[in-house]
Amino acid sequence: MGYLSESFLHALELVFAFDREVQSAVWTSLYTSSGAIILSAVIGIPAGVLLGLSRFRGRRLLVTLLNTLMALPTVVVGLVLFGIFSRQGPLGSLGLLFTPLAMVAGQMVLATPIVANYVLAAVKGADERIIDTAMTLGATRFQAGVQLVKEIRFGVMAAVIAGFGRVIGEVGVAMMLGGNIRGSTRTMTTAIALETSKGEFAFGLALGIVLLSVALFVNLFLNLLQQR
Amino acid sequence: MFRGYILVLLLFLFASPAFAAEHLRLATTTSTENSGLLAELLPPFEQANNCQVDVIAVGTGKAIKLGETGDVDVVMVHARSKEDKFVAQGYGVDRRDVMYNDFVLLGPAGDPAGINGLSDVAAAMGKIAATEATFVSRGDDSGTHSREKQLWKAAGVTPDGDWYLEAGRGMGEVIVMAGERRGYTLSDRGTYLAFKSKTDLQIVGEGDQRLFNPYGVIIVNPQKHPHVKVALAKKFLDYLTSKQAQTLITGYRRGGEQLFYVK
Repeated sequence: MGYLSESFLHALELVFAFDREVQSAVWTSLYTSSGAIILSAVIGIPAGVLLGLSRFRGRRLLVTLLNTLMALPTVVVGLVLFGIFSRQGPLGSLGLLFTPLAMVAGQMVLATPIVANYVLAAVKGADERIIDTAMTLGATRFQAGVQLVKEIRFGVMAAVIAGFGRVIGEVGVAMMLGGNIRGSTRTMTTAIALETSKGEFAFGLALGIVLLSVALFVNLFLNLLQQR
Repeated sequence: MFRGYILVLLLFLFASPAFAAEHLRLATTTSTENSGLLAELLPPFEQANNCQVDVIAVGTGKAIKLGETGDVDVVMVHARSKEDKFVAQGYGVDRRDVMYNDFVLLGPAGDPAGINGLSDVAAAMGKIAATEATFVSRGDDSGTHSREKQLWKAAGVTPDGDWYLEAGRGMGEVIVMAGERRGYTLSDRGTYLAFKSKTDLQIVGEGDQRLFNPYGVIIVNPQKHPHVKVALAKKFLDYLTSKQAQTLITGYRRGGEQLFYVK
């Protein structure tokens, strides 16, 4: 098929010419996904640690629920938050719909269960004596928890990377809450969807290649951090 | 280690382009946005008024819904009956005609229903139904879908059966689908031109009065939604109906063909 090779050529062109529209889409993708993943980490890491360490009734149910949330369809998150952010919804007066902030909120909802689950798994796999040792050395519960997170940092990093992967490649939330506004909420994925609907398949695929390259660089960067 | 990481990400977050001047939100149809016309039409207005027009491109049904909920300032769509209802129910004010383009009836190379050259589009639709030739419908409550339903009505047919496929997708996808299934479909001319090289479908019906497709622009009623930027919206409507904009509209070419006309 000629169009596959055409896409690759097109992608190379896009990367080297760094077209302004593509630049803005890459940028929007990067900063909304990054914002979302920071918030998800802030919520998901402590949640995962707490769930991993504590024993209480209904804990297993809660973990099962959290596992299920990983399967949340992006359009459902989009629909629910659309209802909340719309002018008719409870948070309508903030005027958040069709802004990058709405996308960040939606992507955070998508990524948080993933981060929490991965962290939970890492905590389960960690040496249980870390907490006890830290506490006998005079650490508070909080400090012991921080020590634990340091010990399982590879697992935590994997959690962040998995969450980032989920949000940077998703299109449902970005489309419904962002609205695919040129120069404002158009991300790589919504741009791909748009080009496909225009019949510019080669251009869409080229954008896909650019998106993958961006993801590759982000992961290389995270990898570098991990090795230090 | 994490501190450095978070710092870099925070930098990303705050380095995002600062919010420019005033924003006007325009909900319009995918066909308008996909035609590429808006990219020519909007910049002169944005420069003259130091504002930015945020285009949200969805189906006509959804665009009107966004107007009803007050999530946009201006609605530009092509479904007269829905527009009138929108205004009559008090959701919109100051409806104006902007431009029109036309629909074309597309069919596969063999033309199994034998309608090529029929100037009466309703009769052509009737023939498709009578021969049960495959027809792919948008089925998504878009402006094109409304028009298709009107045409079935004019033909006195209730489309139903194995031959009638409701895709529920955008115009481009439906053209591709109709091409793959060797069926007929109704499309706006602009999208067809964009997909011409990717499909075997040909125009089998065009030029009928009932295929004209007028676009209207409506301001969302500020009495219902006080946050609507009515002053800027009014300027936008004045601009769209001005000589400057109308010249841009009629001068716009895609693949050498004119897509939009003004009255």
